[in-house]
Amino acid sequence: MKPRRLRGLRARLVVAFGLVAGVAAATTGALTFREARIGVLQQSQDAVIGQLRARLSERAPELPYPPGESTLRRFATDVAAADTSGSWRVLVTYRELSASSVPGDTFAELTPAVRTAVASSRATVFQRVNEGGRTSLVVGMSVTFGEPDGSRLASGVRVFLVVPQTTEQAYVDALVSAVERAMVPALALAVVLALFAARGVLVPVRALRHATRRMAEGRLDTRLDVNGSDELAELSHAFNETAAALETSVAELREMEARARRFAADVSHELRTPLAAMSAVTDVLDEDAARLDPDTATAVRLISEETLKLARLVDDLMEMSRFDAGAAVLHLDEIDLAESIRRTLAARGWSDTVNAELPPPDAARGRVDPRRLDVVVANLVGNALRHGAAPVGVRLEVHGSDARAAVIGVRDSGPGIPDDVLPHVFERFYKSDTARSRSEGSGLGLAITAENVRLHGGTVRAANHPDGGALFTVELPLRRDESTEEHPS
Amino acid sequence: MPRVLLIEDDRAVREGVALALRRQSHDVSAAATGEDGLAQLRSFRPDIVVLDLMLPGMPGLDVCRGIRAVDQALPIIMATARGDEVDIVIGLEAGADDYVVKPVTARVLDARIRAVLRRAGGPPAGTGLPKIDTYGELTVDRAGLTVSLGGESISLAPSELRLLLTLSASPGQVFSRQQLLEAVWEHDFHGDARLVDACVKRLRTKMAEPPRAPRYIHTVRGFGYRFAAP
Repeated sequence: MKPRRLRGLRARLVVAFGLVAGVAAATTGALTFREARIGVLQQSQDAVIGQLRARLSERAPELPYPPGESTLRRFATDVAAADTSGSWRVLVTYRELSASSVPGDTFAELTPAVRTAVASSRATVFQRVNEGGRTSLVVGMSVTFGEPDGSRLASGVRVFLVVPQTTEQAYVDALVSAVERAMVPALALAVVLALFAARGVLVPVRALRHATRRMAEGRLDTRLDVNGSDELAELSHAFNETAAALETSVAELREMEARARRFAADVSHELRTPLAAMSAVTDVLDEDAARLDPDTATAVRLISEETLKLARLVDDLMEMSRFDAGAAVLHLDEIDLAESIRRTLAARGWSDTVNAELPPPDAARGRVDPRRLDVVVANLVGNALRHGAAPVGVRLEVHGSDARAAVIGVRDSGPGIPDDVLPHVFERFYKSDTARSRSEGSGLGLAITAENVRLHGGTVRAANHPDGGALFTVELPLRRDESTEEHPS
Repeated sequence: MPRVLLIEDDRAVREGVALALRRQSHDVSAAATGEDGLAQLRSFRPDIVVLDLMLPGMPGLDVCRGIRAVDQALPIIMATARGDEVDIVIGLEAGADDYVVKPVTARVLDARIRAVLRRAGGPPAGTGLPKIDTYGELTVDRAGLTVSLGGESISLAPSELRLLLTLSASPGQVFSRQQLLEAVWEHDFHGDARLVDACVKRLRTKMAEPPRAPRYIHTVRGFGYRFAAP
């Protein structure tokens, strides 16, 4: 369940919203930060350079030339004093001499590149150096003498200034943390918005899912409430239209089916009256056939036989239409199944032709509909006798703990049922080309058998026995009713 | 020669069945309507009535009740073109002793007629010596084949009488529907348990049994019935 949740719409929306918010906040933050940082640094840099230049312009003329080491140190200290906070460190060099404002300062920040640049150019050189987590601004410039002709002459005195940029660094750090802090609420807000958006999508989607399930359960009158006019509302609308169309089609189909069933039932019923008249006189025809001339006798016997077949067919059709209409009801009675099978065989005169393997009395008792059980056994045995070959065997076994199911097997010794026919033997009017040509059966016997077994909640299967012959197996659940008395005396 | 009154509206069926039954050596009189059939009861004095359930004009059920109003003991076989459970049950509850679903061959109808007449004629087998038994308010005269409740005679149709005689012959014994079918209706294989249920229902009504707590005929659920003397 959990991995599915994580791939769910809600999680995906939250992640997407979070990513969008994160990327937007980060990009905005980064750009703002970059511009602000450049601005801050530029401004402080310009201020430092301007201040240094002004100091030098002011003090350089007082520098005795050529300077000595002590002069240089004084000059350096003097220049450094221009910054009131005292954070300036100044190095003054003249040829091989060098002196700094802070005694013993190594000026580690001062790279050879800056020294060379200052040596080769009269322009001010500056560099930002980050060393040990601390940023410093290094500025270098040459002191020049103004000549009377307007040209400038390098004095050979070079001044290097190192200013720590702690304030600027703090300012930049503050910017970074501000951006970082802004991202957390932005992300949180994005998640909340994502949850709202997900809810907006999920509620209709969930309604759609429930409605689909209900439809699948057969409640075709299911409809969705359509709110608004977005794509989801359109989807709900489309669902409602589909459901309505489906309901109409199904209703039409059911109506047609019901009409077809009614027709079959009506036709069978209408056939009964003429058949009743014809059936009544078949015995008369049979009796008198012996006294007629051969052709007429054949014709009369044929009519008599076919009348009986027709009567049986109509009977089976009526029974089938009762199953179709759901009008077939079980009349359960607790009986001894073995005894019931024995009677079925005896009543049709099959006791001698059919080999019955039945459990002892009372071993297989259960609540079944005796009439329907009779139909099942009679149809299967009759089928085996007609289409299979003798000997035909009927076997009753009780399976499961506490005799929960009865298994009735009917086996013949014929050629068996071809594999392509097997799946169809319980279909109505199914007749294969070979052994199952038009015969005494109505073509409904096995279909009626299957319906009767189904009504009992059982199963019936057709198969070929490994030793030859077809084997029909009926499995019936044996509901036992504790013989409670309705009106105890 | 049993005298059979056939009430059937369809001409072909009526003539066919009458012809076939005459061949089976019955004395047959046919009526095309229920009214005609009832009119023939006095003139023809049949031993048994074969009654179609669906008749134009007076319905078969009303004819059945009409016959019972005149003669409780006259056996009635209902012939119905509708084999639906509800039709059979209604027919049986109206007081028929047996029913056949059309189409039916003359041989089967003849067998049914003979069986019903045989049962209507004499006391059921195995009831022992003719005697008069009294169970509370109920008195059963096994010789005279009369039943009275609280001194008042109640008239029972043949199958009802036979059922009561069978059940009361062994008070306390539980009979399955199948056993009752064999004993009362002589169906030798899976007859219809609804015959028994419908007959018990009619019998209880005639014996003025309280519907929720019958005194004499008890239902043993899932099995059958039992007669108990209160």
